[in-house]
Amino acid sequence: MDVNETLDPLAIAERWMDDGRMVALATVIETWGSAPRPVGSHLVIDGEGHFHGSVSGGCVEGAVIGEAMEVIGDGEPRMLEFGVADETAWRVGLSCGGRIRVYVERVG
Amino acid sequence: MDPFLLRKLNTERAARRAVIHLTDLGDGRDRVIREGDPVAGPLGDALASAFRSGKSGLVEAEERSFFLNVHLPPARIVVIGAVHISQALAKMAVVAGFDITIIDPRTAFATEERFTGIDLVADWPEDVLATRPLDAYTALVAVTHDPKIDDFPLSRALATGCFYVGALGSRKTHARRVERLTALGHDEAEIARISAPIGLDIGAASPAEIAVAILADIIASLRRRPLRGDAS
Repeated sequence: MDVNETLDPLAIAERWMDDGRMVALATVIETWGSAPRPVGSHLVIDGEGHFHGSVSGGCVEGAVIGEAMEVIGDGEPRMLEFGVADETAWRVGLSCGGRIRVYVERVG
Repeated sequence: MDPFLLRKLNTERAARRAVIHLTDLGDGRDRVIREGDPVAGPLGDALASAFRSGKSGLVEAEERSFFLNVHLPPARIVVIGAVHISQALAKMAVVAGFDITIIDPRTAFATEERFTGIDLVADWPEDVLATRPLDAYTALVAVTHDPKIDDFPLSRALATGCFYVGALGSRKTHARRVERLTALGHDEAEIARISAPIGLDIGAASPAEIAVAILADIIASLRRRPLRGDAS
């Protein structure tokens, strides 16, 4: 198995599903400004909060995982929006910049 | 997301087929569309355009909002000839993020020792390509100098529409190659797609430098390729 396969969130989502785990998939569907991850990027989350992949390179994953647990619970997709354009954050080099919209859905 | 669709999506991606995962953001229903699947109307136009550009994004159609996640096969390089240039090219290609396969029926060249950790097949291109066909997301690099080995894959690459086709050899060697490919039924425009002499003209001298020139040439072809379906 090559590196891409090992790290591919969609391949991992399928494997987790086969293991009988509850799985949610978060996808970047829109970006404005300098977003850290391109449209189409995935974060896969299981019912216990394990996750793989990224939608922002670490900036908003915590919030997305929290919402994903809700989505796994009730099966209703969620649309999340994050804006991280804080000038102070930019100065200390933490800012993702721009804004992103993330769609979170349950697999199954 | 439908679990069946997740499996289908992964199967298609593993088989190097271009697919789009289409989600209706209104009701969450989704579909997997293969390149060439007929979809009518403005949504069909948007899907066709997304297959060409490779860009994922939102589309408003039929008063609904859709998200198109485009999955094009990752670009790969198939090298005909397990020669010195290929040894350097294999290492560089991996660093640059390409999958690479080396094919050479000459077992003296195609040894594990010379290509440690690289996907190497010591067999005739005719046989290898029968089970592992070329596609539009593949660059074909022919560097054996031997028509018996190079010509078939070059001809296949032109017929398949590989995004890059390059062949090593002097202008004189290439002139004879053009004659042979013409005899095989390829027209002038097709044959003109072959990069020969191979690689960007950077005055490369050593095998490693030639590998740099070839890799740069491949990257230029990949990033500047005309959208599929466009007149070029």
